[in-house]
Amino acid sequence: MSHVVEIRWHGRGGQGAKTASLLLADAAFNTGKYIQGFPEYGPERMGAPITAYNRISDERITIHSNIYKPDYVAVVDDTLLTSVDVTAGLKEEGAIIVNTTMSPEEVKPLLKGYRGKVFTIDARKISMETLGKYFPNTPMLGAVVKVSGVMDEKEFLNDMVESFKHKFSKKPEVIEGNVKALERAMQEVKGA
Amino acid sequence: MAIRDRLSGNEATAVAMKQINPDVVAAFPITPSTEIPQYFSTFVADGAVDTEFVAVESEHSAMSACVGAQAAGGRAMTATSANGLALMWEVLYIAASLRLPIVMACVNRTLSGPLNIHNDHSDSMGARDSGWIQLYSENNQEAYDNMLMAHRIAEHPDVMLPIMVCQDGFITSHAVENIELMEDEKVKAFVGEYKPDLHLLRKEAPISVGPLDLPAFCFEHKRQQAEAMRKAKSVILEVAREFARISGRHYGFFEEYRTDDAEVAAVLLNSTAGTAKFAVDRLREQGKKVGLVKLRVFRPFPADEIAAALWKFKAVAVMDKADSFNAAGGPLFTEVASALFVKGAPGPKIVNFIYGIGQRDVKAEDMEFVYNELLNIANTGRVGSVYNYLGVKEEEAVLNGLQS
Repeated sequence: MSHVVEIRWHGRGGQGAKTASLLLADAAFNTGKYIQGFPEYGPERMGAPITAYNRISDERITIHSNIYKPDYVAVVDDTLLTSVDVTAGLKEEGAIIVNTTMSPEEVKPLLKGYRGKVFTIDARKISMETLGKYFPNTPMLGAVVKVSGVMDEKEFLNDMVESFKHKFSKKPEVIEGNVKALERAMQEVKGA
Repeated sequence: MAIRDRLSGNEATAVAMKQINPDVVAAFPITPSTEIPQYFSTFVADGAVDTEFVAVESEHSAMSACVGAQAAGGRAMTATSANGLALMWEVLYIAASLRLPIVMACVNRTLSGPLNIHNDHSDSMGARDSGWIQLYSENNQEAYDNMLMAHRIAEHPDVMLPIMVCQDGFITSHAVENIELMEDEKVKAFVGEYKPDLHLLRKEAPISVGPLDLPAFCFEHKRQQAEAMRKAKSVILEVAREFARISGRHYGFFEEYRTDDAEVAAVLLNSTAGTAKFAVDRLREQGKKVGLVKLRVFRPFPADEIAAALWKFKAVAVMDKADSFNAAGGPLFTEVASALFVKGAPGPKIVNFIYGIGQRDVKAEDMEFVYNELLNIANTGRVGSVYNYLGVKEEEAVLNGLQS
């Protein structure tokens, strides 16, 4: 059976965890992969915890269930660490990536004994400094690609430049900031 | 050359509609189908289609507008889900009996109540006797392909019936996956023009649509409607053969997955088929002879063909993502059981699983549970419980039947 990388995103309604999962799906698709990106909706309101998922594979994916044993977990909002069981089913040989100002060492005690790798990224700081606004998606995407290694980093960056050019054709001034946010996230994500 | 893309099921449906470029789209938003008219209205605004988009005030009006447009000789399309479909109820039957080949995307969602925006098949299953052809889709690709074939089936002179293309709300409607699209020109040539012999705007041959039909002829008209549904069977296969020639993708009444030497099989609709295939592959690695029959065409119901396909198995699980509340099994189960009974004894042992109601998630392990129960039935020849729930959390359900 083919190897499928499974990723689960935790965020709050309105923060763009779903968008992040779709961006990751897009990026992996552009490097030739088979992909799935899908949200799990709860109550439809701003601020409610939401979950989104990715499957990435070199072969066709048929399964249509949610993901229970992810290889990677991405947490877009660190206030979820205490209210949602974010490491549920997370593989010990996998990793969790948290958007927070805390260090990996500070996050670890909040993870209910999870023994795998813990990474942190200050997506707010990167976003404010590169985009001037709080859009955690772009830095989180860079961090997840870096940590998971689901695609070649160079290929990913080149491809994202093209896709930003397309996506922001009417506001080219934000392209550079988004590319910078990706690059910085890939450099600044820390942990083990 | 096929166009490699990645789209959600709703996007794929909207793209198919754009390529079809119908005369009229009349729709009212309801989750999870809302995105379809939303995307389509941007195609209208951008001039990518020359469709008249009617933003109606209810689904009853949406279907009524489609009836009017189609009776006037145009191609009319709409999209809906759950209570939207329920609000169309009265007009669904009228569209079918007026023999108007309207095409609808039905993004399956639990019919209220309790209020639930998620997926099961209680909406389209309720409409199963409305006279509409029903196609079901495992993923975005099938939702797209079924939509491209829909007009050719519905508008065939032997058929002239409305058709709904179903897919699972959220599970495929909101999941972005790989897809192969066809070029606009290829779709246009395949779908062709709609030129009905009779319609309201043909002044040299004036007609009335929907007049009173008293006992003198009503029966004959209903029989002709039923006959059209029977004839739809060969048309569906003919259109699928032609579609395969231009797309390379093959469709029938149902898809048989690893059934050649299988001892047991599950029968089901829509996205759970993908999860079942995953489970089948895993169990095959353990040497277990299990397979899947994924039904694509529920109306017309391919009774003889499905009975023939299931005949060779020792045990079959028919899986319903909707209950009938008849205390005797879900709608797919009763129809499959009836088809097998008509074929005669002995046939396979058959059980029913009600699953995924209100989008209770169906895991690969749930399907493995079903297959292991089937293998147990095949080995012992004994059926413990015919009516079962899969993945429900109550003790009472466990006592009354199997449960994973």
